[in-house]
Amino acid sequence: MLKRLRESKSFRGTLLASPAMLWMIILLIIPLVLILITSFGGRDPDGNVIYGFKLDNYIRLTGYTENCTGIGDYFGGLIEAIANPAAYEDIQVAATKCFDPLYLQILWRSILLAFETTLIVILLGYPLAYYIARSSARRRNTLLFLVLVPLWTNFVIRVYAWIIILRGQGVLNSVLVTLTSLLGLPFQPLDLYPSPGAVLVGMVYEFLPFMILPMYTTLEKIAPSMYEAAADLGARPFRTFLRVTLPLSMPGVVAGTILVFVPVMGTFVVSDILGGKNLVLVGNLIQRQFLDARDPAFGSAASIILMAMTLAVTVYYTRRFGFGEEIASA
Amino acid sequence: MQGHAIELRDVVKQFPGTTRGSDPVLAVDHVTLQIRDGEFFSLLGPSGCGKTTTLRMIAGFEMPTAGEIYIHNRPIGYTPPYQRPVNTVFQHYALFPHMTVGQNVAFGLEMKKVAREDIHKRVGEALDLVRLPGMRDRMPKQLSGGQQQRVALARALVNHPEVLLLDEPLGALDLKLRKEMQLELKQLQERVGITFIYVTHDQEEALTMSDRIAVMDHGKALQVGTSLEIYEAPNCRFVADFIGETNFISGKVSSLNGADAEFEADGLKMVASVEAGVTPGAQATLAVRPERIVLSDTRPEDTPNAYLAEVIEIVYVGNDTRFRVQLAPTITLSVRRQNVLPVGMPALHGPGGKRVWVSWHPGSARVLVS
Repeated sequence: MLKRLRESKSFRGTLLASPAMLWMIILLIIPLVLILITSFGGRDPDGNVIYGFKLDNYIRLTGYTENCTGIGDYFGGLIEAIANPAAYEDIQVAATKCFDPLYLQILWRSILLAFETTLIVILLGYPLAYYIARSSARRRNTLLFLVLVPLWTNFVIRVYAWIIILRGQGVLNSVLVTLTSLLGLPFQPLDLYPSPGAVLVGMVYEFLPFMILPMYTTLEKIAPSMYEAAADLGARPFRTFLRVTLPLSMPGVVAGTILVFVPVMGTFVVSDILGGKNLVLVGNLIQRQFLDARDPAFGSAASIILMAMTLAVTVYYTRRFGFGEEIASA
Repeated sequence: MQGHAIELRDVVKQFPGTTRGSDPVLAVDHVTLQIRDGEFFSLLGPSGCGKTTTLRMIAGFEMPTAGEIYIHNRPIGYTPPYQRPVNTVFQHYALFPHMTVGQNVAFGLEMKKVAREDIHKRVGEALDLVRLPGMRDRMPKQLSGGQQQRVALARALVNHPEVLLLDEPLGALDLKLRKEMQLELKQLQERVGITFIYVTHDQEEALTMSDRIAVMDHGKALQVGTSLEIYEAPNCRFVADFIGETNFISGKVSSLNGADAEFEADGLKMVASVEAGVTPGAQATLAVRPERIVLSDTRPEDTPNAYLAEVIEIVYVGNDTRFRVQLAPTITLSVRRQNVLPVGMPALHGPGGKRVWVSWHPGSARVLVS
């Protein structure tokens, strides 16, 4: 019996996987279950969690307030907020409305930023990954090394570096001032920091390597004979790219997208440092609920919603484009 | 006028050194070839001889450093591959893994913007031609090596190229399948009538399939000829050595008599055929194939090349028996005899030591000067 167990392949596989599985159970699954339980609870005046099963936190995230008389009222408010956001600018007026746009705005802003970041990172990363993959072996190593060098510095410090570049009297403005004065043009220093644009720049900068590496890996695996075969059959370089290179490198793009989109959705450091106090993303919302507002139950609910959204996008995306196992290793 | 499908005039290809500071590599060294329309032409040579580079220059994947390549008398040396009327069957097939068999075969026609219905019809015909009907919707990785090979052939032939280039297309197949595919390729070529240029390092493959062969070494085309010419009348030591098995005897030409030469080595006189341009007194090598040497107990009457020799070794290898015989202190030859009789000649089995007559016909030996 024991011998058969020892010889069984699946048992050996389980044995090999068990340290990682144990790690995941203790540090991921259990905390996740705790977060899920907490998210249905509430908060007492001292900031302690009252466990229970109430959907209040989730309802609050949708923007449904006590002013609402029913679901129709809520959707009316939602449509009004989208059609005429100005109506919600006055805090006094907004307090009397049924719909509270705050949290949905935060979620929408986070998703939009994650999409923008991912798209820019793909557009910047693909040509570079392609160039590295088609370079000579010696040059390839140097270039990959250069891509990875920034990762040696702490994440937060790298974000702070962008303040020095983007602020009022920062590097970028100084350079522009010098240039324009040399040319005799009038110049007002640009108001670049803090701003949503600065957050986007910071995100793109932080996550570019995570897109380049998987893209490079798949592009490098494409045999040169693939390009030659396409050219041999009459395809000009651009058609070769569309019909052969791009489809064969999709697994790398998909992997890179997941590596970038998922963390960008949850990060709060970049928006905290470069976005100023008014730019709140889901990550910041969750962080503030746990630390400043001392409402872990609401923070947990926001975490669950963040995870659900990220999962939904990821699942849709991988279903749509696939991980590409079937075409990997040509 | 019978045109040349492909003509190479003094083509040179030089690659930069692989590591910094190393010398450039001369991959193809002033090659001039004329390949006739409808011919099955092989480029044969050891690895690194420049045969693949030559093919790649015809395909357009490499540009010649010097010289010019003509396809049906049009110079094409510097046009990109996608504008050339040639197609290639790659060594490892290079099928597009993300496309079905049908999409792979259709690719070239789509690039030429052939009408959709025509594409469908021609893809079907091409798959029938390579005996893969009904495989249209399979993915390449679902096929065996031999089937992938056929898809690669169909993908190239469907475009009706003026010349089909094949880069060791059978190299990845096992021996039995390779033999089958050799015959099939040859039949296919005769059926479609397209000029084939076939790169191989396998001399038997080249001899079996080709109308003509160019033997290459160190970037040079050493000899161009039919299988018969290459095997029976090699023009240099490399060709004689590379194609089949050969005994070489070093010596010098003592006199000439028409197409025959009298050759002297280690005190023995031999008569052999010789190329024009050889002068008496030149240092030379005599090449004679092991299967052309006859062993006998009595001196044969019909040839001047008969020598009493000592049998050093006898090895039985099934269909053949191989002997090693020593004619003179510096001349040891290997002899191959087909085992036509059930048990061969009992007297000649054993460790050797017996003295026998070794002989060959003057037409079976050839004097080479380079």
